[in-house]
Amino acid sequence: MSALLELSGVSRRFGGLRALSQIDLAVERGEVVGLIGPNGAGKTTLVNVVTGVHRASTGRVRFDGEDVTRLRPFQAARRGIARTFQIVQPFPGMTVLENVTAAALFAGGGRSIPQARSQAREHLGFVGLAGVADKPAAALTLAMRKRLELAKSLAMRPKLLLLDEVNAGLNAVEMDAALALIRGIAARGVTIVIIEHLMKVVLSLCSRIVVLHHGELIAAGAPAEIVKDERVIQAYLGRRYAAAQAAGG
Amino acid sequence: MKRDALLGVALFALIAALPLSGDSYWMRLGTTMLMYGVLAISWNFIGGMAGYPSFASAAFFGLGAYTGAVAQKLGVPMALAWGLAGIFALAFAAALGLALLRLRGHYFAIASLVVAEVLRELVNAATDLTGGGMGLNLPIPRLASVQAQAVFFFYAMLALAALAFATTLVVVRSRLGFGLRCIQQNESAADMLGVNTTRYKVAAFMLSGVFVGVAGAIYASWLHYIEPPDVFDVLYSVKAIVMVLLGGAGSVFGPLVGAALFLSLEELVWRNYLQVHTGVLGLLIVLLVMFLPRGLMSLRLRKDSLVGKSAKASG
Repeated sequence: MSALLELSGVSRRFGGLRALSQIDLAVERGEVVGLIGPNGAGKTTLVNVVTGVHRASTGRVRFDGEDVTRLRPFQAARRGIARTFQIVQPFPGMTVLENVTAAALFAGGGRSIPQARSQAREHLGFVGLAGVADKPAAALTLAMRKRLELAKSLAMRPKLLLLDEVNAGLNAVEMDAALALIRGIAARGVTIVIIEHLMKVVLSLCSRIVVLHHGELIAAGAPAEIVKDERVIQAYLGRRYAAAQAAGG
Repeated sequence: MKRDALLGVALFALIAALPLSGDSYWMRLGTTMLMYGVLAISWNFIGGMAGYPSFASAAFFGLGAYTGAVAQKLGVPMALAWGLAGIFALAFAAALGLALLRLRGHYFAIASLVVAEVLRELVNAATDLTGGGMGLNLPIPRLASVQAQAVFFFYAMLALAALAFATTLVVVRSRLGFGLRCIQQNESAADMLGVNTTRYKVAAFMLSGVFVGVAGAIYASWLHYIEPPDVFDVLYSVKAIVMVLLGGAGSVFGPLVGAALFLSLEELVWRNYLQVHTGVLGLLIVLLVMFLPRGLMSLRLRKDSLVGKSAKASG
């Protein structure tokens, strides 16, 4: 069986800026892939190209055996590509339940609003937000809003989930809860690509790591190899991290 | 939903009793109020539910008026001409929506504002068909008396308003209404969640056009005479927005309440301050929007939420 997500020769230019150049990447079913790299390396752009927010300037994106290069975001969503945003984007004036119901109705194959609502309740239970289902989304704390984003993504019944810095801004306790949740989602068979700055998180979650730098894919492989890769250390991790890693392990 | 529908039926039944008064002043006022109601209910689809500030009401109104008038001039029976006006407005809204709804916020507002002006110039120029600036006379329906005519047009407008209102009730609870609310809250996020935003926005725009088009045609038949500056008047667009804002954008009864309130204000102010009536009306609207930004219907909501809170606190 072919890879779930396959990028071949994908580039994306914004005017003179090459945000992504010649990316070849395959994500297999059931993988948890970490996407790392310095700020401005093109990580979010890559997510945007996969979800149809930006169209690849050149190259092809295949998802689940189909060419999705030219799809619009709502079409990608209906085919099973879900994403969370770095800056959470709920519908602030709707209740938490309505937010998730929308995802279940429009992308999760919900046949009717009541049916979508009952699906939404299950997902809220899974992420631990059942207690605030009827609160307006705007009233939630940041940690809860991040969980709401996860519930919305799950309600879309994704095959592929793209998590864009889902842990940014969380404290240690909240982050542990978030990690447990992400493991739970992966255990359901959802393939995950996670953008993350905290190496601790990446190393504990991911089976494979992909490194972007200046829009180019400079390394890909098992976590243990990546942290020793000279180019990755130069571009992103830094000498001190590598030294600490070597001393600790 | 049940409660809203019952309340709506009761409301329209009450309005339907107006001809019993037999007073032609009230008949004219009632017909105008219902026409304003159609304008407001229609704008609510695109402006209230989807959050797109459309100024295209005047374009739909004028297009409907001229479609109805020209069709009747060419010998189409009146009722059929009204239907034709609705179809024209619907098709026009679909085509216009596909082009304009790519724009957001102010850009969309300005673009939609220009449409009525363009149509007016086109009608002005097509003298053979429309009479141009001379205006167009319509056949006077063969009804017994002036009074009977007034009653007839009142009920025609009432039926149209009731139809638009019933459509609102259905849309609010449907997938379409839900999707429009998502778009109104955050369009990019809605797109990401699988809402086909283009299709939904165009559908809302079509709903905002079709009833206004028919209203324009009924208006033309009612007055027996139309001219471009009258039916393509930008005030139709502005009034529709003001009425919905007064009543409460996005709500089911807001547009109707707003239409009734607006017409009452307009009539009272016009009667008592003839010289400065637009100024006074403007001031009143500014005050209302400043102190009740979410419209009259929000008063009821606020009461409801207070009740909800106290119930929770005591339980």
